Amino acid sequence: MTETGMFGAHGTGDTSGYGGLVKSAASTGSSERPYGGYFDGLVDDLERAYPEFSASIERVVVDRGELTLHVKREKLVEISLVLRDALKFEMCMGVSGIHYPDNIGRELVAVYPLLSMTNNRRIRLEVSVSDADAHIPSLVEVWAGNNWHERETFDMFGIIFDGHPGLTRILMPDDWQGHPQRKDYALGGIAVEYKGATIPAPSERRSYS
Amino acid sequence: MTTFDPYAPSRETTEGTVFSVTGGDWDSLVQEIGSTKEERVVVNMGPQHPSTHGVLRLILELEGETVTEVRCGIGYLHTGIEKNMEYRNWTQGTTFVTRMDYLGPIFNETAYCLAIEKLLGITNDVPERASVIRVMMMELNRISSHMVALGTGALELGAITPMFFAFREREIVLDIFEMISGLRMNMAYIRPGGVQQDLPEGAIPKIRDAVKLMRKNFKDNTNLLVGNSIWLKRTQGIGYLDLAGATTLGITGPVLRSTGLPWDLRKMQPYCGYENYEFDVVTADTCDVYGRFLIRMNELEQSLRIIEQALDKLEKLDGAPVMVADKKIAWPAQLALGSDGLGNSLNHIREIMGTSMESLIHHFKLVTEGFHVPAGQVYQAVESPKGELGAHVVSDGGTRPYRMHFREPSFNNLQATSAMSEGGMIADIIAAVASIDPVMGGVDR
Repeated sequence: MTETGMFGAHGTGDTSGYGGLVKSAASTGSSERPYGGYFDGLVDDLERAYPEFSASIERVVVDRGELTLHVKREKLVEISLVLRDALKFEMCMGVSGIHYPDNIGRELVAVYPLLSMTNNRRIRLEVSVSDADAHIPSLVEVWAGNNWHERETFDMFGIIFDGHPGLTRILMPDDWQGHPQRKDYALGGIAVEYKGATIPAPSERRSYS
Repeated sequence: MTTFDPYAPSRETTEGTVFSVTGGDWDSLVQEIGSTKEERVVVNMGPQHPSTHGVLRLILELEGETVTEVRCGIGYLHTGIEKNMEYRNWTQGTTFVTRMDYLGPIFNETAYCLAIEKLLGITNDVPERASVIRVMMMELNRISSHMVALGTGALELGAITPMFFAFREREIVLDIFEMISGLRMNMAYIRPGGVQQDLPEGAIPKIRDAVKLMRKNFKDNTNLLVGNSIWLKRTQGIGYLDLAGATTLGITGPVLRSTGLPWDLRKMQPYCGYENYEFDVVTADTCDVYGRFLIRMNELEQSLRIIEQALDKLEKLDGAPVMVADKKIAWPAQLALGSDGLGNSLNHIREIMGTSMESLIHHFKLVTEGFHVPAGQVYQAVESPKGELGAHVVSDGGTRPYRMHFREPSFNNLQATSAMSEGGMIADIIAAVASIDPVMGGVDR
């Protein structure tokens, strides 16, 4: 006989995390001008400095006082160079991945927060790719500090950064299977194996029935 | 090959002969290595090593005592905090983030809570008293974090006394944390919408006394180290990284300020009302370990100045709320000190258990399920003792984060190890890494 929870709860009564909770939250739509603040001037400057603006940038989103440019991946390096050299975004504060398993064709997203110390401005770049073709050009040549951040995003999401000088796992062990921060990768429930030593999955350690 | 040495056993691999040094007679190892044909020596330093600042593994390629290549091996303290947070509600997240950079827990919590408040659109609704308490706690935390950086940094270079002084000062700060939050580390004291509870009675005079004491005590370490000829020889011109290098590597914090650039988010992109405090951004122009050391020493005094101003403000704001008024967000527990310690106030228990069914439901829903955060993403950065600590938060409109990512300054800054150390002496790696002040809990998360 199998029992399904202490009070017979069904659905998302789970707070343990072992239920493999999967949700999706991809955003859509583009913002209208005026964007407000320094964003209008910034986008104008970028349009002047980068003639291919409209062909390369899919969406301009202003939300909660932050500006996001959704960039086509094949134009990412070009735009980054323009932003760095012409618009003085000297620093890239790394990469953060997001996984939207239900957003077919655009499952994996890489987010790059940029900082301009010269003009005291921030902007964010976003690139979406499909799970089947999870390749994004590396920005290590543009901002060397992105090296470890891209390795982390590869480790956690399986996004392959083409042109990275050494794209290996950084936080997980070298022989790890899978990419832990993807939504289809359950929390716990996985037998921990590290260099030959095994520990049973949390869900199998003891019985509560 | 000579006879088996219990202190330096060796085995053959495809990469060459590997020696495992476990202590004992160094001469016998040198003899062993001398017997091999290989001139290039690769040395593993860490992850268990007293001077690598926690579980950091440094992979060194040496020619004699000169370092030709350094690579960092990290991940030994990876605990999956970002993943775990996706399965807990927004308030519970504070107990996770506080454990990342465990020497700067208040900064982790503040970055996280400011990001949630931005997503909720309640940044301006956070009560002033809560913001002032946050600032005061952050600056106290900056002192305790810098104290560990200075103390362990000095210890790793062989100076033991500064470590004792530094930890003495850190104790003063941790005692204040304990008085205010009940915990010395990992407090989860900053909460979305405000802080967990108001300051206890008599806190302000106690903190004032502590500020006086620390200002006096800081002189001990200043006298010991500033201008000390041995210290200067170990730190001056060591771990050199100029502005161009720091910029391309995304380095922030004291390491960036040691190149002469006064970049401090508290001044440039203020949060929590930092624009209302008078303080100076400390810089140095030496680009070396000594400059970073001086910056941390001088930032202590600036932090004390901010704490004093915060205390003045707190005296004027006595009795003001420390949590947003919106009961749909504010954590429902009204805490009070009972005979058996801190817990829910009896009045609150009486209300939810005895008089109002709606209050009970509301309390229950908010504690078990949490509040909803509108869908969207934000990036919120604060100036932690190590540099820019950024929280990238994505919500799908639910009661838990859809995705949490922390741009940890230690993680990013540790990349500078190679640039700072290659071409130098092996002993200078220790000084360079110590000047970055990485905390592995933050690096690996």
